[in-house]
Amino acid sequence: MTNYGSAIREGFSYLLNNYKEVFTIGQGLWSPWYVGNTMTDLDKEFGKDRVIDTPVSELATTGAALGAALCGKRPIVIHPRVDFGLLAVDQIVNQAAKWAHMFGGDIPLPLVVRMIVNRGGEQGAQHSQSLHSWFAHIPGLRVVIPSTPTDARDLLIAASLGNNPVVYMDDRWLYDLEEDLPPIQVNSLDDECPKIVKPGSDLTIVGCGFTTRLSINAADQLSKLGIESEIIDLRVINPLKCETIIESVSKTGRLVVVDGDWENCGIAGEVIAQVTTKIELGKLKANPARITLPSAPAPTSKVLEEIYYISDKAIVDRVIDMMK
Amino acid sequence: MNEEYSSKSLGILSDPTACREPINLKNQSRESLISNLELLVLIRKAEEKIADNVENGRIKCPCHLAIGQEAPAIGIAAHIQKGDAVFGAHRSHAHYLALGGDLRELFAEILGKETGCSKGMGGSMHLRSLKNQLYGTVPIVGATIPIATGAALAHKLDGNDSIAVSFLGDGAVEEGVLHESLNLASTMNLPVIYVVENNLFASHLHIGLRQPNDSTCRFAEAHNIKWSRIDGNDTVKLIETTGTAINCARSNGGPHFIEAVTYRWRGHVGHREDNDVGVKRSDDLEGWKKRDPIDRLARALFDDGAYTQNELDTAKLEIDRKIEAAWQQAEEDRYPLKGELFRRVYA
Repeated sequence: MTNYGSAIREGFSYLLNNYKEVFTIGQGLWSPWYVGNTMTDLDKEFGKDRVIDTPVSELATTGAALGAALCGKRPIVIHPRVDFGLLAVDQIVNQAAKWAHMFGGDIPLPLVVRMIVNRGGEQGAQHSQSLHSWFAHIPGLRVVIPSTPTDARDLLIAASLGNNPVVYMDDRWLYDLEEDLPPIQVNSLDDECPKIVKPGSDLTIVGCGFTTRLSINAADQLSKLGIESEIIDLRVINPLKCETIIESVSKTGRLVVVDGDWENCGIAGEVIAQVTTKIELGKLKANPARITLPSAPAPTSKVLEEIYYISDKAIVDRVIDMMK
Repeated sequence: MNEEYSSKSLGILSDPTACREPINLKNQSRESLISNLELLVLIRKAEEKIADNVENGRIKCPCHLAIGQEAPAIGIAAHIQKGDAVFGAHRSHAHYLALGGDLRELFAEILGKETGCSKGMGGSMHLRSLKNQLYGTVPIVGATIPIATGAALAHKLDGNDSIAVSFLGDGAVEEGVLHESLNLASTMNLPVIYVVENNLFASHLHIGLRQPNDSTCRFAEAHNIKWSRIDGNDTVKLIETTGTAINCARSNGGPHFIEAVTYRWRGHVGHREDNDVGVKRSDDLEGWKKRDPIDRLARALFDDGAYTQNELDTAKLEIDRKIEAAWQQAEEDRYPLKGELFRRVYA
C-alpha cells in the first residue's frame, strides 16, 4: 500500500528519472516542513539543481518556471499553500494561460503549478484556502485535483508531460490515504475526465479532491440506510467535461455537489448549471443541492472550524432530506 | 563616490541640454555602424508610419511608440545569437525590428491580420519572432522580468553559453517582481541581462514624482549585480557596453544590469507628443530632440568620412519604399478565420 503523499513522490521520481527536461522549483523543497512526505530526499537523489529550493519569491519563481518552459524545460513550480500561490497569479493567469493564444503560436508551455491545499488545524484565513474554482474560470489553464493516490501520481505525470500550463492541487488531508498503486499509466490530460468511483442508483454525489473522500464516507453510511449513491470524482475541473455526470443524473434523478470551496461562482454551481441546462426535461426528481464552505474566511478557533468545514454527516443529512 | 558614479543619480545623463554632440565612433566597424544607422532610420520611419495610421484611425490597437529611444534595442541586437531569448514589454516595436523582425509581419500584427508575427492574435503589445530570438513582449508591466530570468535558468541548466535579455522601463522597476527576479538571478548567478530603458516617464508621471532617486542602478547594486549606466542615445556606447555584459554572462559571469538613459518623443500611447502631461515634459522635449540618437550617429559618420548625407538620403528613400510596400501588403492581408479564436486555447 502506498499513501497519497508517497504517491506524489513516486510521480516526481518517475518524471525526474525519465525526462531530463523536468525540474522542480519552489519554497521548502528541501524541507519536510513545507511539502510533507511528497518530496522526501528528491534533492539528494536528483540533485539540488533539479530540485530547487528558492528565496521567498512566489511571483518570480513562477515566472522563471514559465521562462524555462519556453526554453524547452518541463518545470513543476511548487507553492506549499494555495494562499501563497496567489502572489504568483499574474504569471499564472495573465501570462501562462494566455501565452500560446496571444502569440498565435503552437507554443508548447509544459508548466505545472502545484499548489497544496492545507487547511484546518487552527491555521486560519490565510493558510486554508482552496480557490480551485478561481483558476478553473480561466481559459487556457488546466486544473487538476486528484482524490486518490493513483491519480495523485498519474495526473502529476500527465500534467508535466502535456504541453499546457496546469494548476495541480493536492490536499494535505488526503496524504495518509492508502491504495495499492497499479503500474504507472502515462495518459494525456485531454483524455482525463470525471470518473464514477462508486456506482449507485438513487442519487449522484459529485466531489473533487477531499470532498470525494467525504462523499464516499457518506455513501457508506447512506448505504446502511438503503440509499445507494453514485459517486463521481471530478478530477479535472478545467476544461470541465460533464457528460458522465449528466448521464448519471439522467439515471438517478438526483444531484448533490460537494465542494471544499465557497459557494458563489464556485465549481459546485457550475456543475449544477451544466447538468440542469443540458439534462432532458423531467429527468430530475428533486432540486439539485450543493454543499460548500460557508461564505466566510476560514476561522482559527476549533469550535468555529467544526461548523466551517464540511463533514460526512452534513452530506448524509442533506441526502436524507432530499430523498424524503 | 561622486554623483557621476553613484548608483542613485543619473547626473548629466538626464539633462536635455547635455550630450548633443556627435558620438564617438571609437574603433567600431564603420560598415556595421552604417547598417545600424540605417536600421535606426527604418525603426524611426516604421513607427512614424504606425503613428500616422493611429492618427487616421486605420490602427485601433493601442500602440506605444519608441520614437526617440530606438538605440538601446540596436545595442542589444548587435550581440544576440541563436539560442538566446529576448523578452520585451509594451513598447517593443523597436526591439522586434532591431532583432530582425519582418516589417510586413509587424504591420499586419498591429492591424490584426493572420500574416502578423503573432498571427493577428496579439497586436502591437504581443510581438514574437522566434527565428530572431524574440520570445515575447507583453504589456503587464514587469511581467517578462522573471520570465527572462527563467529562460536564463534553462540555459544554465543546459550548460550552454546562451543568455536571456529582459527589456524593461523605469516604471517596471517599481514593480516588486523586479526585486524578486534580481535576487533570484544574483543568488543563482544566471546569464541574464536586464536593460532598463530609463526614459524618465511611466505613462504621464516623471520619475521624480515616483521614485526618491532617478537612477535605477541602485536596485542592481542592492542585489550585488554588476551595473552600467550609459547615454541611451549613444549607439556606440550601447554596443560596447552590452557587448561586454553579454560576453561576461556567456562565460558564467552572471547577470548584468544596464540602464540606458533616453527619452520618448511621443506620449505613453498613441501618436501624439503629449507634451502637456507630467512635470518637465514641455520644457524638456525640444531639448531631447537635439539628443537624437540617429542624428548624433549620422553626424559622427559624416565627420568621420565613412558616410555622406547623400548616401543617407538615398538610404532613406529606399527605406520609405520598403515601408510603403510592407504597409500596402499588410493592409491587403486577410483577417484570421473565426476558428482561430479557439485553436490555441489548449495545445
